[in-house]
Parts: sequence; structure tokens; C-alpha cells
Amino acid sequence: MAQSAAHSAQTAVHAQEHQQHPIKLYLAVWGLLFVLSFFSYLVDYFHVQGYLRWTLILIFMVLKAGLIVAIFMHMAWERLALIYAIILPPVMILVFVALMVSEAHYTLLTRLTFFGAAP
Amino acid sequence: MHESAKTTPSPTLPRPSGLSGFASDWASDQRTFKNVSWGKAMMWIFLLSDTFIFGCFLLAYMTARMSTTVPWPNPSEVFALHIGGQDVPLILIAIMTFVLISSSGTMAMAVNYGYRRDRRKTAALMLLTALFGATFVGMQAFEWTKLISEGVRPWENPWGAPQFGSTFFMITGFHGTHVTIGVIFLLIIARKVWRGDFDTERRGFFTSRKGNYEIVEITGLYWHFVDLVWVFIFAFFYLW
Repeated sequence: MAQSAAHSAQTAVHAQEHQQHPIKLYLAVWGLLFVLSFFSYLVDYFHVQGYLRWTLILIFMVLKAGLIVAIFMHMAWERLALIYAIILPPVMILVFVALMVSEAHYTLLTRLTFFGAAP
Repeated sequence: MHESAKTTPSPTLPRPSGLSGFASDWASDQRTFKNVSWGKAMMWIFLLSDTFIFGCFLLAYMTARMSTTVPWPNPSEVFALHIGGQDVPLILIAIMTFVLISSSGTMAMAVNYGYRRDRRKTAALMLLTALFGATFVGMQAFEWTKLISEGVRPWENPWGAPQFGSTFFMITGFHGTHVTIGVIFLLIIARKVWRGDFDTERRGFFTSRKGNYEIVEITGLYWHFVDLVWVFIFAFFYLW
């Protein structure tokens, strides 16, 4: 009996380590994600084109991703040691993107040069 | 065990926050992730590696799309559905997005109830999450069937650049596989929660270790990641 009391005390301490957030917070984020998804769908529905389209898509994408990682995955309440370990490495993908953009331009150039027919 | 001697743990070293905390957590011979269990840390590291896998897929797609001399098929038209006598652009993809976001919402609440040790609500919300996930996979199967019947193959399609088919099948196929694995993972953990394994500290079938409600959060991390990947696929593949 004493053991179970000690056990429940221990679990109470254990539970305190995980921040308890009100359900309302999750519902609010859920609603926000719905609204953001709806907006990005509207971008396509109203045929927004060019740089405005890409900017809007990227803004909504980053906002959605940020909300999911920060609130749903509880990253906002973790220590910096974990945040940097997980968030910084994917940023390096941007370097890879830059490399592949230049590679794709080169491939396109050679295709146009050696296989004729312009798009 | 009636009279156990009270011991007071030795005071732990101060844990600064912010940048100096980052430096001290990573410095010297010590455990880096102070208040994160190994299970959670390993799930995060796995998700990091998965990020690179999907990152490379999207990069391959970008390179193919940028370097082709043939125009890329317009996803807005390709993924339109004919409803009520008119073509509604991307409607199925939009519904799939909402379904997956809803599943993330129910999963986040399942984690919350898990830490409150409310096993019924936790299990019910996890089952609901799995149901949303299965719905998503079902809609994806419908989408694949529709495109294949219209003549999309990994090497050709009726609308333009042949790479469209291969990137589409590879990216959505890998994502669908992740969702399917997530549904199975959810069902297994939901069963354990429902049975009360984490209240009675029943030992696991495979590991013989006592589990606790943290596994719900770890499952949740995986599930939210699947939703996260979809956010990027939706933006880059379907909307771009």
C-alpha cells in the first residue's frame, strides 16, 4: 500500500515534468491549421500566378510546419540542445537546393543545346 | 518495504537556459538531452533522418521539373475532380489535407489525455487518429487508381513531362507507406493503452520492459511528422 502511494507520488512528479497544456490550445492550433490550409487551397482555386503564388504558398507552408512542430510536437517547450540538434541540420538541405538549382540549369542548357527544340 | 529510509537526492548542477544552456548541455562528458528520455530522443533523431529522405525526394522532383524541356503537367487540372457538372481543382487533395490535419489534432489531444492517465479517452482518440489515417490512405488509393486509369505511368503520361509520373508515385507512395505504418503503430499502442498496460505496468511482449504513457507522445511525434511531410508535399508538388 505504501508502495503504491509512493508510486502515485512518483508518477505525479513524473507528470509534472511534461507540461500540461489545456485542450483549448490544441483546438486553437487545429483551427488555425485548417484556416491556413484553406487559404493555400484558395491560392490555387483563384489561380493566383507568378511570384505572388509562390510567396503565398511558402508563407502558409512555413506557418503550418511551424505550428505543427512547435505546438503539436511540443518543440516550443524543449531545451535548446534538442531544438538545435533537430532543426539546424535540415536547414543544410537549402545548400543542397542551391547546388541542384545550378545543376538543373546546366542540364536544361545542355538539353536545349544538344537536343534542339526549345520548350 | 514498509519503512523505507528517506533519501534526498544530491543537488543537481544548475541548468542554465538559452544559449549558455545549449553550450553547457552539449559541452563535456555528460548526457546532452537533459529532460528527454532516450525513447523520445531516438524518435526525434529518426525523424531527422526521415527529413533528409523526403528532402532528397523533393529535391529530385525539383531538379527533374527544372531541367525538363517538356512543360510540366498542371497539377491543378490533373488532380481536379468532376463534381456536379464542373471540374473542381485539387478538391480531393484539399480534403486529404484536412483529414490529415484533423488526425494530427486528435493525436495531440490523445497525448494530452495520456499524460493525465485517462486511458479510455487516450485510446479512443488514438483509434480516431488511426481511422483518419486509414481514410487518408484510402483516398490516396482512389487517387492512384484514377491517375493510372487515365494513363499515368512512371515513364509517361498524357499531359507533359514524363518525370511527372515517377516523382508522383515515388513521393506520394513513400508518404502513403509512412501513413500506413503510422496507422499500424497507432493501433498497437492504442491496444496497449486500452488494456491498461501503462497503469498496471505490464511488461512488453517484445522488450520485457515496463512501458509508460510517454510512448503515446512518441507515437504522436511520428504521426505529426507524417502530417508535416504532407504540408511540404502539398505545397511543392500539388500547389507549386
